Amino acid sequence: MSDHTPHAHDDGHHEHAHDGVEQIHVSLKGYMTGFAAAAFLTILPFWLVMSGAFSKTGPADAFILLFAAVQIVVHMVYFLHLNAKSEGGWNMLALVFTIVLVVITLSGSIWIMYHLNQNMMPSMMKDVRSLP
Amino acid sequence: MSDMTMTVSGGSGAEEALRFHVAEDHHPENATLLGFWLYLMSDCLIFACLFAAYGVLGREYAGGPSAKEVLELPIVALNTTLLLLSSITYGFAVLEMQQNRRGPMMAWLIVTWFLGAGFISLELTEFMHLVSIGAGPGRSAFLSSFFTLVGTHGLHVTSGLIWMIVLLVQVGKKGLIPANKRRLMCLSMFWHFLDVVWVGVFSFVYLMGVLS
Repeated sequence: MSDHTPHAHDDGHHEHAHDGVEQIHVSLKGYMTGFAAAAFLTILPFWLVMSGAFSKTGPADAFILLFAAVQIVVHMVYFLHLNAKSEGGWNMLALVFTIVLVVITLSGSIWIMYHLNQNMMPSMMKDVRSLP
Repeated sequence: MSDMTMTVSGGSGAEEALRFHVAEDHHPENATLLGFWLYLMSDCLIFACLFAAYGVLGREYAGGPSAKEVLELPIVALNTTLLLLSSITYGFAVLEMQQNRRGPMMAWLIVTWFLGAGFISLELTEFMHLVSIGAGPGRSAFLSSFFTLVGTHGLHVTSGLIWMIVLLVQVGKKGLIPANKRRLMCLSMFWHFLDVVWVGVFSFVYLMGVLS
């Protein structure tokens, strides 16, 4: 029995190591779909900016960020093979946690520093100087 | 897995007990891919900090050249194409790996390597051009944060290229053993992750920088 068990375990382990990799669902169709979508989502904003169709910032920035966000999702799904079930959902959980942190870091920094800049304008500095 | 269940349940008497054993085998024994994913997520936070720094400092030109003046979109468009193509060729390598075809797998990996190397050499050319026209990282807060963000991404791609060479040697010597397949899947995640970061870079830094 004790001779058998480690052997059986070893076999199971190998199967699993194999399975861990094979579990990931990859197909030529998936990669090609992802590539076509990513190419479209790359070319369109580049073309819009390079052709000068976007002359003003504001809505243009929003468009570019929207395209980027959609393209990141495309990459995650078709190239990184992310779904809610992979690794028992832990992949997705870690990703959601990371996205929360990234959003807090980015929006928080830009928001706070923007307002700090506003309050450090020369016009504001005069008020500060005139204070006792 | 299903093979095991078949052979085990082939026995008649101890069927219940043995099934129980096999069912228990579902523990996540191989957590390498999950662990690597967690590493990528922490890497994501490094890039988030660098993006935040660029977001805050990216318009502080200190009288130096502005983003619109120094960033050249045609080069970036070419770079983006190279990196996107390298993503899909790595995908082809993974497909060949799953068919256990070593030769084509290595061929696609080599194609991926050259596309990645092309990306890095174009980026280095761009950096050297910027430094030569006096727009080096020391010129302004914009250029400091630009070089840090884009340079960190470039360093990641460079390490990916080194990793790719190591894996090519390992697969060449040992073939497509499970350990090598696992390593190839980790590099696949790393490589595609770098493409995701690059999407952020070309959108947030280059396209929006040129528009400003």
